[in-house]
Amino acid sequence: MPVTERVRLTVNGGVVEVTADPATPLLSVLRNQLGLMGSRFGCGMGLCGACFVQLDGAVVPSCDTPLRAAQGRTVRTVEGLSADGALHRVQQAILDGQAAQCGFCISGIVVRAAALLDEQPSPDAATVAAALDRNLCRCGAQRRIVAAVVAAARREP
Amino acid sequence: MSVHGGPVVAGAALPRDVVVNPSLATWVGVGDDGAIEIRVGKVELGQGIVTALAQVAAEELDVPVSQLRMLPANTGTGPDEGLTAGSTSVADAGSALRVVCANVRALFVAAAARRWLVLPEEVTVVDGHLCTVAGDRCTTFGALAAAVDLRTPARADVTPKDPRTYRLVGSSAARLDLPDKVSGAARYIADLRLPGQLFGRVVRPPSPGARLITVDAEVVGSVAVDVVRDGSFLGVVGADEAVVVSAAERLRRAATWAEHDRLPDEDDLATFLTGGPHEAIPVVADEGPRMPAVRTLRARYTRPFLAHASIAPSCGVARWEPDGSVSIWSHTQGVHRLRDAVARALDLPSTTVTVQHVENAGCYGHNAADDAAFDAVLLARGTPGRPVQVQWSRRDELAWAPFGPAMVVDVEAGLGASGSVVSWSFDVWSQGHNSRPGYAGVPGLLAGAHLAGAPPLPAAADPPTRTGGGTVRNAVPVYDLPGRRITGHRLLDSPIRSSALRALGAHHNVFAIESFMDELAAAVGADPLEHRLRHLPDERARAVLTTAAEAADWGDPSPDGVARGIGLARYKDRGAYCAVVAEVEARTDIRVRRLTLAVDVGRVVNPDGVRMQIEGGAVQATSWTLKERVRFDRSRVTSDDWESYPILRFSEVPPVSVHVIDRPDRPSVGAGEAAQGPTAAALANAVAAAVGVRVRDLPLTPEAVVAAIEAAAP
Repeated sequence: MPVTERVRLTVNGGVVEVTADPATPLLSVLRNQLGLMGSRFGCGMGLCGACFVQLDGAVVPSCDTPLRAAQGRTVRTVEGLSADGALHRVQQAILDGQAAQCGFCISGIVVRAAALLDEQPSPDAATVAAALDRNLCRCGAQRRIVAAVVAAARREP
Repeated sequence: MSVHGGPVVAGAALPRDVVVNPSLATWVGVGDDGAIEIRVGKVELGQGIVTALAQVAAEELDVPVSQLRMLPANTGTGPDEGLTAGSTSVADAGSALRVVCANVRALFVAAAARRWLVLPEEVTVVDGHLCTVAGDRCTTFGALAAAVDLRTPARADVTPKDPRTYRLVGSSAARLDLPDKVSGAARYIADLRLPGQLFGRVVRPPSPGARLITVDAEVVGSVAVDVVRDGSFLGVVGADEAVVVSAAERLRRAATWAEHDRLPDEDDLATFLTGGPHEAIPVVADEGPRMPAVRTLRARYTRPFLAHASIAPSCGVARWEPDGSVSIWSHTQGVHRLRDAVARALDLPSTTVTVQHVENAGCYGHNAADDAAFDAVLLARGTPGRPVQVQWSRRDELAWAPFGPAMVVDVEAGLGASGSVVSWSFDVWSQGHNSRPGYAGVPGLLAGAHLAGAPPLPAAADPPTRTGGGTVRNAVPVYDLPGRRITGHRLLDSPIRSSALRALGAHHNVFAIESFMDELAAAVGADPLEHRLRHLPDERARAVLTTAAEAADWGDPSPDGVARGIGLARYKDRGAYCAVVAEVEARTDIRVRRLTLAVDVGRVVNPDGVRMQIEGGAVQATSWTLKERVRFDRSRVTSDDWESYPILRFSEVPPVSVHVIDRPDRPSVGAGEAAQGPTAAALANAVAAAVGVRVRDLPLTPEAVVAAIEAAAP
């Protein structure tokens, strides 16, 4: 029987306490215990970026991050990027540019791109593309996404 | 005011989907909140079809798109429109919706006229408001709903709008589904959490044809899961998803299987594919004497197996009801086909099975959606009343979903004294491109072949040649060539499961035809564009070809190591025209600098939607063509993660410009599968022009280029 523990962490600005096996992937906790479905399961191996979250500001695959690694730390998911019903500027720019097809990869891309803009206020297209190289998109929306992130950088945060 | 309810048009026939689903109530309803509910049988695969169809419905009804509620395809309540496949959705569902919504509008206009004691001609509909022409009275669809009975068949004598009067159709409406997707809302099938829902996982065999010998179910320990075993079908069900996943992993490690070396040599697929036995598919055999050739050229082109490689693994949800009926939620391409296949597999009447569509990540053909749904049905059997959600692992998705078939083309052409083509012989070998539910008279669901005593799945079939074929899709060149002999050869036995991947055989056939056109041009010292135009009487084909060439600066000098290549096709010989110019830089690596496309899809419903489909098709085809190859040893598929099956990454994706030639007087055709073949060919031709040798075996990797250079060395 797996050992469950009480684990405390901050998710999207609120402190939460969950009871789970600390080896449980953070993604599973976000989706099944906290009801945050925005982080998507794509591969379970940390290789596609669909489940990216920010952990103390660093972008990590939540499918490959055990709950214990998030204990006492701050997690920000795609849901936490929009505030008071207003989309994050990257989300808004993707919508404005219709820069998605199936959209499954978009959550992780938004999370990664938002972190990029925190570090680099005005990246060019090549910088954005390089930053998104760990995010896979199969529909072929990459150039629109890159253009949207570049456009987002020009908006007020 | 647009033209409605006009006189009977001689010979006017109802669209096929309306003939099959005649009742207006199957398609349209009015919700309690006044929203107009539209039910279509086509499904959102990430291609934006629901938005395009909403535009069509809103146009005919004269309501804003925001007043519509597009409902998911459902076998219990909505129309049967077959599959969402083959780039026919706009043509099929669009023409059906036009007629249906024109009928609905006419009934509401008539009801308003009765209420107000005016003639129907005196009622207008503007932005969802029905008003008298005088403007003294107005109402809404919602307010009139009780006065209109939509349970009546569509009439052929109600004429839809004249396309010249369209306001919504032809505009770039924003996708209806994207707000949820950028905000991270629950939207996909894996996000479903139905009351009492359980989670299931299947432990697939390690290789095709492997049989389960033993498994010790005790390894799952004391956790709260149930192990299900039937023959070589092995699964786990429980309430906690993470616990179920780790229990499945422990079971996988504890299971012993009998495996056999059944797979072909992945480095010599041509021998495997041409070895037979085959079904011959005659396509063209021109009559008459052949003109004498002064030169004959021949070449062989190959492509490997390709994976769908969607970013989400397949997923299905099923619930057995206490009365023995089954409810299924699936991202299938055909809810009715899946319903019938499940019913057949379980020996149930199809009326006891209901399938509703739920979105998943992008669908590029017959993936594992139907298989995952059937897995859920099997795992839910033991818990009536409780739905079970089954999600596939990434490894199973890349190893067990059907593959796009490997293919071989042998082409030979005779050149006359003037340099023109005087004869053309084309043979294509492939596994079948269709093992969708119901193919070959079987349910065709993966788990069905793993149950105790079940026969293996039969080899993939092909769609009929008259609807585009599979192996022979786009085997007929768009050019005017004399003395053609074109034949397909479908392999009748293979241990590798194959089915429809976007564009089916068109990707490889167009790659081969258009590569060979360049080889012929080179043989006579002609420019590839000029050589094509010389054999091309079709004006629409010429238009896309010259538009793409001009936009891409065809003929302008380029730096050393940089070159352009061109490719052209008309999808399925009657669909969209598409021409591509690729500009590549080939030195130690192959870098695509840009892609320029011109496309003619007839009347454009949503220009940005068309551009998006063409961009996406071109980028995905670039990935297939430059990088992708399913790997296997003699027993197992080994390319089962993103490292062993790499796809194009962000920094490798070139800028893509798309030029859409609108033909308002021509019927709309789909855009989703037009770009794949021409893109592959344009890339191959550009690489050949850049490095001076021809690579005829996909993918066009740097290693393949080096091998071709070495093979060409004297």
